[in-house]
Amino acid sequence: MKRPQVNPKELLINNLVPILFIVICIIGIPLSGYSGTYLLNEILSRLGRNSFLVLSLLIPVMAGMGLNFGMTLGAMAGQIGLIFVSDWSIVGIPGMVLAAIISVPISVILGYMCGTILNRAKGREMVTSYIIGFFMNGVYQLFVLYFMGSIIPIKSSALVLPRGYGIRNTVNLESMRKSLDNLIPFNIFGASVPLATFILVALFCLFIVWFRRTKLGQDMRAVGQDMEVARQAGIKVERTRVLSIILSTVFAGFGMIIYLQNIGTLNTYNSHSQIGMFSIAALLVGGASVDKANIRNVFIGIILFHLMFTIAPTVGRNLIGEAQLGEYFRVFVSYGVITLALVLYEMRKRRAERIALERGEEVVA
Amino acid sequence: MKGISKEFSGNKVLNDINFKLYPGEILGLVGENGAGKSTLMKILFGMDEIRDTGGYGGDVLIDGQKVKFNSSEDAIRQGIGMVHQEFSLIPDFTVGENILLNREPEKYSVMSELFGKRLNTLDRKEMQRRALKAIERLGVELDANRKISGLPVGYKQFTEIARELSKEDDEKVEGAKGIRLLVLDEPTAVLSEHEAVALLKAMRMLSDAGISIIFISHRLQEIIDVCDSIMVMRDGLIIRHVDKAEADVQKIAQWMVGRTVKQERVVKADRHVDDEIVLSVSGLKVEMPGEMVKDVSFSVRKGEIFGLGGLAGQGKIGIPNGIMGLYLANGKVEFEGRPVRLNDPSGALDSGMAFVSEDRRGVGLLLDESLEWNVAFGAMQVKNRFLKKVGPVRFRDAEAIRKVTEEYVDLLQIRCTSTKQRARQLSGGNQQKICLAKAFALAPKLLFVSEPTRGIDVGAKALVLEALRKYNEENGTTIVMISSELEELRSICDRIAIVHDGAIAGTLDATSSSEDFGVLMLGEMKEA
Repeated sequence: MKRPQVNPKELLINNLVPILFIVICIIGIPLSGYSGTYLLNEILSRLGRNSFLVLSLLIPVMAGMGLNFGMTLGAMAGQIGLIFVSDWSIVGIPGMVLAAIISVPISVILGYMCGTILNRAKGREMVTSYIIGFFMNGVYQLFVLYFMGSIIPIKSSALVLPRGYGIRNTVNLESMRKSLDNLIPFNIFGASVPLATFILVALFCLFIVWFRRTKLGQDMRAVGQDMEVARQAGIKVERTRVLSIILSTVFAGFGMIIYLQNIGTLNTYNSHSQIGMFSIAALLVGGASVDKANIRNVFIGIILFHLMFTIAPTVGRNLIGEAQLGEYFRVFVSYGVITLALVLYEMRKRRAERIALERGEEVVA
Repeated sequence: MKGISKEFSGNKVLNDINFKLYPGEILGLVGENGAGKSTLMKILFGMDEIRDTGGYGGDVLIDGQKVKFNSSEDAIRQGIGMVHQEFSLIPDFTVGENILLNREPEKYSVMSELFGKRLNTLDRKEMQRRALKAIERLGVELDANRKISGLPVGYKQFTEIARELSKEDDEKVEGAKGIRLLVLDEPTAVLSEHEAVALLKAMRMLSDAGISIIFISHRLQEIIDVCDSIMVMRDGLIIRHVDKAEADVQKIAQWMVGRTVKQERVVKADRHVDDEIVLSVSGLKVEMPGEMVKDVSFSVRKGEIFGLGGLAGQGKIGIPNGIMGLYLANGKVEFEGRPVRLNDPSGALDSGMAFVSEDRRGVGLLLDESLEWNVAFGAMQVKNRFLKKVGPVRFRDAEAIRKVTEEYVDLLQIRCTSTKQRARQLSGGNQQKICLAKAFALAPKLLFVSEPTRGIDVGAKALVLEALRKYNEENGTTIVMISSELEELRSICDRIAIVHDGAIAGTLDATSSSEDFGVLMLGEMKEA
């Protein structure tokens, strides 16, 4: 049999999203007027803080459950961990580790719940997980806004709202700000490199590579491609799917902690809700699709998406005189990318079907 | 393996079946669809389906000992392997990964102490070794590292068989005795000539190694070529169980098709059909899962009742679904001299064709709506019938809808409490009649009727057929009827085309002998 030929048109269609972004960035960078060092610094810092989050999306894609919008649940768990740790005034790396430990059981419970629900909505995982994210946001608010400080003891007055219960809008994480990023100081071309964070991310990448080779990873791939066949072979399909969501949620929780230590402040009621969308958009920009995503997609995606993010406000100001427009542009683009990627995915599936039909012709002829 | 005997009364899908199979014997099992072959094999393989529907009567004996399988795993433990008609392969996995699916050898990993066995890594080398061993036993050339999705169907089939073979050196399955009986359910149906030959050779090799094989196939020549003995089933009974020396294609076909009850042809003797061609189809391909149409050409004369027959899964159902645009299709279809745009259901309807789907609950009916609605909604949509105009807005003409529904209820003797009853509440036969009424209300020039009598009782069957015949006679509507029941087609059709392997095997006059049809159904190409 001959190998399928690489058709330039095919290549373009399959990589439309990344190509589009490369074009946007090439046009945008000179317009923004930023120096190379500044951009490098920004990108390295953003790579550090987002990689872990985006990587956490890979496992559900492998299990055929699409893009896990439910990663917001993990982000919530991570934030709850951070709130406690700030209250106990544990700073720096120990604080992060403790926050991570606190987040694990919460993530597992939320992930289990989410996975179980998704098993009842097979084939509609993405929209379901998206809505679960909204729903759990309400539960999260209930906990953070009403229970914390009243039922759940929170002592620090810097955290609690003046009325005596509920967490303030912003939690200052100055005590652990960049504690991981700057753990191993390292500079390149005048840009600081968050080396320790990168090491963690690299470890996570290794874990994913290793994980693919485990029995569970193999089962997930099998389930992801054909649930019925996997079931016939005796693989516990439902359990495998739930496990993939739990893993993703737990890692998203860790990712959120890494993300927030870089930012330095926790936006109690907003941070998590944006993170899911931005992470998914970044992954898609990297050329991933609903059923295929790899580590390369993660890094290409983060670099391109966040390059656009960085330059958009200044480009907006320089072009039209309003930074607000660039701000608007980023949100617009993130949603646009997700939509485009989903539409392209469907189109590609249709095309593949049609090609299969035409191939069938040749066989008969 | 000394003797297996089973009976299964209940709803009499199988009736007092007795047969024996010796080590290394290849038994050919033939019969029409619904003869009970698959049910028999499911019993043998201990499938859940059988237990869920009330078990079976009789005994299965292996090596003279009675066995009772509670699940397929039990059957596998006893050394029975089964290769199903549909592939159960993961497309993006390699051949080797598929052979050892969920039975992968594992390497110890520290993480598994913490998080359980599933975090052991796979032992790729061992996987490769076992996969190759199984492939070697099969005696075919197959690269264990190729991805399944790129392989031709024949090799997919080999992968499935290799998987069954590889089960014997599983340490995981306690007490496994190694594979001793292999059931192959129509393995050659999807294979090309060349691939089928390779498969048959592989079967002989396995048989020489002492593995018994039950081989189900519709290709009689293969059966005769490879089997030691041949068993013919019909209507849940074993009609013949003969040595291969005693059988030839003609005889087997006769045993399979020959029925004791003959349906009478009800067509008038002076029936005359014009020579004018109303529908011509050439090179039609339809992508319908399980009913692939590969290359179909035929033409239908005006006012004719044209039958499309053949065994299930050969593609006959795909033909109307493709022409009407319900499944992806490709080819040339001309209706009344004008080309029909494929993949466009409303275009097909607009041109005056209508379709009564075999999937009446899914495609044919709005189950939770009234009968009136069901009868009229197609016509409202396509023909703008039953609508009245008030200003710029069009309303339903409830009165006209009720009238026409009542008319059809009378005509087709639909049993219902009122025309407002919901379609869901009707019996299968009456639902089918509603589907017909819906198609009739479209006043089509050409009507496709797919499996109109599937799953309905004898009385309703006769009525449906009679209604079709009458409608054809009175309105001169051309009808293309698709049915798995040959006798039914022969009772009302003028001509019948038999579909085999996604193509027309031949077109015969309805009065031809059933042996001729039988031979066509089994794909022995022969022009009428």
